[in-house]
Amino acid sequence: MDVATLLFWIVAVILVGAALMVVMLRSVVHSALALVVVFGMAAGIYLLLNAEFIAIVQILIYAGAVTILILFALMLTRTENINRDSNPTNRLWWLALIICVLVGAGTILAVTISPHAVAVTGNGSGQIPANINNVVRIGQLLYSPSSYSYVLPFEIASLVLLVAIVGAIVIGREEDQ
Amino acid sequence: MGLTLYHFVALGAVLFCIGLYGAISKKNAVAVLMGIEIMLNAVNITLVGFSFFNTVKPYSTFLTGQIFAIFIITVAAAEAAVALAMIISIYRKRSTVDVGEIDMMRW
Repeated sequence: MDVATLLFWIVAVILVGAALMVVMLRSVVHSALALVVVFGMAAGIYLLLNAEFIAIVQILIYAGAVTILILFALMLTRTENINRDSNPTNRLWWLALIICVLVGAGTILAVTISPHAVAVTGNGSGQIPANINNVVRIGQLLYSPSSYSYVLPFEIASLVLLVAIVGAIVIGREEDQ
Repeated sequence: MGLTLYHFVALGAVLFCIGLYGAISKKNAVAVLMGIEIMLNAVNITLVGFSFFNTVKPYSTFLTGQIFAIFIITVAAAEAAVALAMIISIYRKRSTVDVGEIDMMRW
């Protein structure tokens, strides 16, 4: 077992354990804090996959911004007893459990049993030229207007973000009356 | 044996199921949103894994999976902002964040 495999198993076990804590813990604030561990460990998985840019973006946006947003929403929507039993499940939680186990078993079965599945063991070395790194390559793909690039989707994404900001302000505004 | 694509796809599947359970079984609307965020992360792990194990030239140099993951992160951030604004607005009107009691759009 090489170092990458060992790191993968450590990170994956912590990741799945933290995700289970998010859905199991009785206090919703503790769930939000376990969510930070999930996002950080997902960044570790991206680092194992030679995706440095996405790992950094994951830390910045998810572990930084989205977690703070969720904690603010929890603070602004305070129920009577935030510490105990503030993260309840509905009456049909057992049905949800059955559905989730079936979906997961079906997906893993499809991946491992399917005759179309191929066990690829690439090392990522064939991806990009040796003299440029991952961040430079993603910058070229996102911004360069002449070659094969994603300039138009990038601009549309900026428009989506603008509309989302304005929409969040309009929806969350106090009614003036 | 080293890491294969199976490891990452199986990890993404397990994580997706945990997020799905959180999204469809929780009463608190913010907890539902946390489940959705976990599901989006699972999909991102799967996409970046496919991008890493793609060895077909020249398509592997285009890093399509990673670009898709970036756009998913962008849309997820926008979605989180709008959803939390909606939750706060609903809480202000109804004084509850229980998704079973939010039925203003029921016909």
